[in-house]
Amino acid sequence: MSKLIRAVMALAALLAVVLVVAACGDDDDDNGGGAQTNGGAESADLIERDPANSDTRITVGSKNFDEQYILGEIYAQAFEAAGFTVRKQLDLGSEQVAFRALRNGDIDAYPEYTGTALTSFYRVAVDEVPRDRDESFEQLQQELEGDDITAMPQTPFQNTYLVTSTRETAEQFGSPETVTELVEEAGNDVRLSGFPECRQRTDCYLGLRDTYDWTPEFVSSEGQYEDLDNDQADFTMGFSTDGPLSLDRYYTYEDDQELFPPYYVTLLTRNDTVEALGDAGQDVIERVQEPLTEEVMRELNSRVSIDKQTPRRVAADYLREAGFTQ
Amino acid sequence: MSPAPLAQVEIHERTGEGCVAENGFCPGWIADNIDKYWAPLLEHVYLCVASVGIGFAIAFTCALVAHRQRWLIAPFGAFFGALFTVPSVAAFLLLLPITGRGNTTAIVALVAYTLLILFRNVTTGLRGVPEESRDAARGMGLTDQQMLWRVELPLALPEILAGLRIAFTTTVGLATLAFFAGGGGLGEQIYSSRAGTGGIYFQSNVVVAGGLAILLAAVGDLLFLTIQRLAAPWRRTRPA
Amino acid sequence: MSEALLAQAGGGIGCKPAPTDLGTFPDAFDFIAEERESISGGVCIGGPGELFDLASSHMTVSLVALAVAILIAAPVGLWLGHVGRGEFLAVSVSNVGRAVPALALLAFFVAFVGIGFTNVALVLMLLAVPPILTNTYVGMRQVDRETVDAARGVGLSELQIVRRVELPLAIPIIFAGIRLSAVAVVATATIAPLGNVRSLGNPIIEPQTYGLAGQLGAAIVVALITLAVDGSLAALQRALTPRGLRRSLRQLRLQRTYFPIRRRTEVP
Repeated sequence: MSKLIRAVMALAALLAVVLVVAACGDDDDDNGGGAQTNGGAESADLIERDPANSDTRITVGSKNFDEQYILGEIYAQAFEAAGFTVRKQLDLGSEQVAFRALRNGDIDAYPEYTGTALTSFYRVAVDEVPRDRDESFEQLQQELEGDDITAMPQTPFQNTYLVTSTRETAEQFGSPETVTELVEEAGNDVRLSGFPECRQRTDCYLGLRDTYDWTPEFVSSEGQYEDLDNDQADFTMGFSTDGPLSLDRYYTYEDDQELFPPYYVTLLTRNDTVEALGDAGQDVIERVQEPLTEEVMRELNSRVSIDKQTPRRVAADYLREAGFTQ
Repeated sequence: MSPAPLAQVEIHERTGEGCVAENGFCPGWIADNIDKYWAPLLEHVYLCVASVGIGFAIAFTCALVAHRQRWLIAPFGAFFGALFTVPSVAAFLLLLPITGRGNTTAIVALVAYTLLILFRNVTTGLRGVPEESRDAARGMGLTDQQMLWRVELPLALPEILAGLRIAFTTTVGLATLAFFAGGGGLGEQIYSSRAGTGGIYFQSNVVVAGGLAILLAAVGDLLFLTIQRLAAPWRRTRPA
Repeated sequence: MSEALLAQAGGGIGCKPAPTDLGTFPDAFDFIAEERESISGGVCIGGPGELFDLASSHMTVSLVALAVAILIAAPVGLWLGHVGRGEFLAVSVSNVGRAVPALALLAFFVAFVGIGFTNVALVLMLLAVPPILTNTYVGMRQVDRETVDAARGVGLSELQIVRRVELPLAIPIIFAGIRLSAVAVVATATIAPLGNVRSLGNPIIEPQTYGLAGQLGAAIVVALITLAVDGSLAALQRALTPRGLRRSLRQLRLQRTYFPIRRRTEVP
């Protein structure tokens, strides 16, 4: 009995220590992290803080994966640097939840992909979406008018689906460059992994079936690159700005038949917020996303997924390295 | 990594090697980042204690009512049982439109899951009180109310505490799903990369977060066990 | 314009377009009753056919996991309960095992062991063990010691005592544990698609395809199946409980708690 009581006391003491440390030591790792300045930041790029903006409250939202957290943080921190009062609601969930929150006014803006917005919100069939970057954007702008939402100018990068495999697998099939060639070489006797929903989506597995006449065995899983590494699948549906793609060991195939619509990022913003932002605020959005090429976005994603940094810090470092903040 | 002359984002060279990059179990990383788990752990404790507390209040009241009106036991049991059968993953997602994001939704769902086990255990405990004790109490002149609080409940205590024990540990596990309802707790560390803990495929992260959940459950379990032993010493089972 | 395209597409693939005018619950029941086109288009979802397929896969992995859990946990619990040792393992360790988050455990397995039926069943099996182990142990311990002694005195072997005396008396509690496990396993098998096993969780985690109606419909079906499983196990329990025991269960409860009264009067 006393042994038992001693065990309980020990565990309770341990937990008490843990809780006390938790209560006292709330470490914010963004303070003073990575203070290396990147020399010669042009002062023209710095976002100017306008005190008049502090009356305007903006709520920035995002969906729930790495790139969305980073983008949400970038926009939020950029607005903060410009003097706006910003609230963040990252981690909203899927695009349905995020868009609903935007329409309800729970959030004022969130970054969305042009292709996703057209197919998910406005029931445009995947093959009806214009493959041209500007045309698809115009169509989205038109559709959004009915909802009192504005699509802000697009980012330089797009994050589209990419059939991916390991280098070894690619060499096995003669390192084809396009998906069409790959299907010729590999045939249907291979495994393709993707998130569970991919199997029944026209912009994923069904698209591969219809456009490329490819019906590999579908492996439903959430871990794409893990599946490749563990040999659970030969190919996977990756995304072009995924962190692991910056490593040497993966190989991607070009979507030569343009199965996938454009997936450029646009900050969907409520019209009243656009007004409140004013010209200066809108300018901030455009400027802050200018350096976001595919390579840069992939680098930022890598910092989160491979280096395991917080999206908040990655965004802060990005703004500093690109010269928008100090 | 030398600074570039013009402002631009540094592209780091990555080989994908190293413990953290390979998503392995890295004691170094854990030591450096363990402070990211304390506040969520605290929130997790709050979620569990609140849910079990509220669940117990509801289940206990219902059990007392059903104790007097025996016919209510079956309907209550069926209702709580039905709540229990809703898959937890679905429950958190489906409550979202109704109760909004945040800890409230999480607690509502968690409370629902505790109700069955707590109600069952309180009812079984009260039912297990032997008629002889009740007769003796009535013989001593106790009213129904006094009998309940001075005789029946103390004798039912071991069973009730056993139920609390189970409800607590089950809730610790389920509370990680609070994340999907917009609540706090260890869920964000486990399932999301937003907390800077690497997400669900980082072995170090899963081990630490899971380990903390298990630790919390162990402490709760032993605490209830101690209360159980202290409150009902006669219940100790001894070998023949 | 998109509406017309959708209707055209719906006609093309052989099922009706998703209804837009139903309330939340009627929509869910419509999803269960009849096929419809997915939200993102291009495929038919819902209806008894698909739901039956998903339910079969769901139940297969659940039943395998439950069966293996019983095969592993019950003998351990029976023996530990019979000899009266290992309470810490059977109760405390087992109880703490309930705190392991299922989703995290599955992700762990997916990343380091792999995906597939075996791995998913393994995860579910691990989740099913605690209630069965604990309840089997406690059920055996609850059996009146004098009865066991009497049986020993009559000359029954240990194994015979377990089989003929303790086990039948412990059945109600053991089955309570099995039922808890069964409900937990069937409910948790909703996450099986993350390990490449199809189940009724597919509609729940694929909102773009199935929509709210699909999510709710699948959740309802899971709940109904769980109730059916629980009910079947309850019926099985009644069938297995010895008739004499059923009649004198009340007497037994008196007997079981007789000790506390006696000892209590002994404490000053």
